[in-house]
Amino acid sequence: MPDDTHLMAVEDTRAADAAAGGAVAAMTQVSRRRKRLGWFFWVCAGWVAVNILAAVLANVLPIQNPLTQSDAINTAPSAAHWFGTDDLGRDIFARVVYGSRVSLEVGFGAVAIGLLLGGTLGMVAAYRRGAVDSMVNAASYVLLAFPALVAVIAVVTFWGHDLWKIILVIGVASAPVIFRIIRANTLSYATRDFVTAARTLGATDRRILGKELLPNILPATISFSLIGVATVIVLEGTLAFLGLSVPPPTPSWGNMLNESLQGLNNIPGVSNPWLVLFPALAMFLFLLAVNLVGDRLRQHFDVAEAKL
Amino acid sequence: MRVLDVTDLRTTFDTDRGPLRAVDGVSFTLDRGQTLGVVGESGCGKTVLARTVMGLLGGPRVSGSVTFSGTELVGAPPATLRSLWGAHIGMVFQDPMTSLNPVMRIGRQIAEPLRLHLGLGRDEARATAVSLLGQVGLPSPEARYRSYPGELSGGMRQRVMIAIAVACAPRLLLADEPTTGLDVTVQAQILDLLAGMAADRQMAMVLISHDLAVVATRTDHILVMYAGRVVEQAPTRTLFSATAMPYTEALLRSTPRLANPSHTRLAAIDGRPPDLVDRPPGCPFAPRCRYAQDLCRAEAPPLVAAEAPDHRYACWFPLGGRTGPTPPATDRGRS
Amino acid sequence: MAKYVAKRLVALVVILFLVSLGTFFLVHLLPGKPAITILGTNATPQNIAIVNHQLGLDKPLWQQYFIWLGHLFGGNLGQSFTTHQSVGSIIANAFPIDVELIVISQILAFAVAIPLTTTAARRPNRAFDSAATGTTFAMLALPPFILAPVLVLLFSVDLHVFPGPASYVPIGQTLGTNLHAMLLPSIVLALGSVVIYYRLLRNDLIATLQEDFITMARSKGLSDRRILYRHAFRPSSVSLLASAGINIGGLIAGTFVVEFLLQLPGLGYELVVAINQGDYIVVQGIVLFVAVAVVILNFIVDFLFTVVDPRIAVA
Repeated sequence: MPDDTHLMAVEDTRAADAAAGGAVAAMTQVSRRRKRLGWFFWVCAGWVAVNILAAVLANVLPIQNPLTQSDAINTAPSAAHWFGTDDLGRDIFARVVYGSRVSLEVGFGAVAIGLLLGGTLGMVAAYRRGAVDSMVNAASYVLLAFPALVAVIAVVTFWGHDLWKIILVIGVASAPVIFRIIRANTLSYATRDFVTAARTLGATDRRILGKELLPNILPATISFSLIGVATVIVLEGTLAFLGLSVPPPTPSWGNMLNESLQGLNNIPGVSNPWLVLFPALAMFLFLLAVNLVGDRLRQHFDVAEAKL
Repeated sequence: MRVLDVTDLRTTFDTDRGPLRAVDGVSFTLDRGQTLGVVGESGCGKTVLARTVMGLLGGPRVSGSVTFSGTELVGAPPATLRSLWGAHIGMVFQDPMTSLNPVMRIGRQIAEPLRLHLGLGRDEARATAVSLLGQVGLPSPEARYRSYPGELSGGMRQRVMIAIAVACAPRLLLADEPTTGLDVTVQAQILDLLAGMAADRQMAMVLISHDLAVVATRTDHILVMYAGRVVEQAPTRTLFSATAMPYTEALLRSTPRLANPSHTRLAAIDGRPPDLVDRPPGCPFAPRCRYAQDLCRAEAPPLVAAEAPDHRYACWFPLGGRTGPTPPATDRGRS
Repeated sequence: MAKYVAKRLVALVVILFLVSLGTFFLVHLLPGKPAITILGTNATPQNIAIVNHQLGLDKPLWQQYFIWLGHLFGGNLGQSFTTHQSVGSIIANAFPIDVELIVISQILAFAVAIPLTTTAARRPNRAFDSAATGTTFAMLALPPFILAPVLVLLFSVDLHVFPGPASYVPIGQTLGTNLHAMLLPSIVLALGSVVIYYRLLRNDLIATLQEDFITMARSKGLSDRRILYRHAFRPSSVSLLASAGINIGGLIAGTFVVEFLLQLPGLGYELVVAINQGDYIVVQGIVLFVAVAVVILNFIVDFLFTVVDPRIAVA
């Protein structure tokens, strides 16, 4: 067993602070814990921005048409086709860029819907409390019990695979989780004195919700929303991989991975490793960046909250 | 029989702002059956002292010597320390609420050191634990054996802690603020219990508290600490009858007395404890001392002996009409 | 304690009822008439009427529901349109595969996650912990549908360490072949689970190790190992249980993915096949079954919370 003394290491910070006494200790503790955002954070934030821009501006960017088929089947990356071509001769690079649209639209769209539905409900329920709060809270428990993927698969199967429908369904499916998180966040502020003070000053509920509570929960909301975007993108990716998302020929990252499988089934070797590599890489890098930005923001704002 | 011999113990933490000397040169000895009280304000280093003596801290730099019945504890390998902890040295912690494992039954927490150090079998350990619970004054010890800490009151939990600490009949018991956080009525009971156990088992005990009243009657010697240093140490009676250091006097005065008329103003000590990283020169208590003079702010007074045996103090201008130590010759001609 | 369990049981029944309600109404989301969707646009009115009658669609909605519910309790989930196999038997054949995948993967996951976490928590923010935390964080960006194809490509197709798709053999038949086929998908699932377990457990364990009662335990002369596993783990295992509960959703997604990829005839595979064939009764049946299974699983996890941490039931 390696060096046993290290179990003691965790004590040191506490003991030092206890010895230093009072406010001095509190200050040094906080300043030591507050993480700088760091250069890597900004790199990731930049990468997220690049993806968003590319998705929005895809039409005007000098890239090829993702739907155009050609005779250059399953070619490796070249000057003409930066990522190569798939088994219908379509340019993979263009498909990856256009494919990001689906992922991003679903990601941000569904989270936006979830925030609208679950977020407002959560804030109001936490602020008003009472019977309505208990009921909605209980309802959210029930809704959360149903596994999200299965519910989405079921509804999309029976209702239709249109992109807007998928966004709506995932958005509604994520509402209960967002409700609970925002409700918990709001609760921690709604019970504080500054809210009571505002009420005694005659502020309307809407004003309190908008001017007092919302700004306080906003930082934490932004950070977990980003992580939510990543989760939703994974969910849609799973759907697409199973062939249950937006139907071809519309490109999406998950779709492309699904298509690459045709070569896998019972056939040794793969028809086109580039069709696996590039969408997977694009998705991996984007998810990593979003997760990191969301996580760092969460750490950053957690400390600020603790200081209160 | 000498149980504990502490010589010039120093504990320094490396913090962002520089080295923090939480314990700055403390020395004392302790014999079997004796009780030493360590008293001082929060942040004076009493808890760090206790943990350093025990060897619980892994990070800070420790220098000096702590000899326990002949074994040197400072710098001892972890295995040695572990063989002593629980078996020969016991510690009672300050907060009974957080110091007991909340998801383990208390019986098991007592039986654990018994089985580990004394090699008792399961039933033997259980019987001993139950007996211990009875000795510390818990009603229905058999039933209590299976309780969780959350089911007991603060006073009862502290009794359980004491039971755990004395389970293997250690030679030394360190009690760090054992009554802080308990009701006043319960405090006396706990202290009596500790004193009784120490006497029965002829344990050497170190009793730490910020409350002078706690150490006033149940100790043989008292150590007064300030800013990591000993500023006065004496046999208990002597400390109260022949107080030498103004800080001790201030502590005495700030203790509210029942006999005072109601609405008597509480005499607090002005100011705050010093920053242990940026120590100003001179006596650490000088900024708050009502008798301070220029010499006090310039040079730190050494620990010198008073007339009574075992009485030492650190002050240039001690109370009681004594002549203080001779200031160093390079002083600016004051006396 | 009994009161707590009773309360949860009531909640369970309510949730199951609502789940059944939701699943029942799914079919009615179909645009247009179900009969036409099933028979095709060339269906004659008589055939439509027959199918409608068969599906019981000519009765009032609430009556349909209770008939359906009645069938459920009798074990009758309907019939597949394509194979005419009873949905019940499809599920009964497919379910054990999912169970096997989940069991093997979770055993692997715990076997890796627990030593990983305890080693990292003993020296927080040092080399091992930073590496582990960084790696698991990166793994969050590698969901099963990305990881599985890559690993299958590598180990099955290129290196031939594991068998490729469609190599499933029932466990009753040949244990060795079965395990050989199930191992790679289980590893994929296990990787995802390890990430979740590690992230939650590590933070909890580090926090627990800073608690006073750990110092107290050390002062009793207990070894680090004993403290970690006997004292620190128990309060932290609540986190482990919570993360297991959270992981259920991810496990299902992962199971579907690996089944689809490797053509393992589990519930996920059958579900996708049924969807592609328009076999809506089967879809409904599988969805219902999986939903009920998850709800019950969550309930068990909730119950285990009170066993692990007695404070929860009292609260």
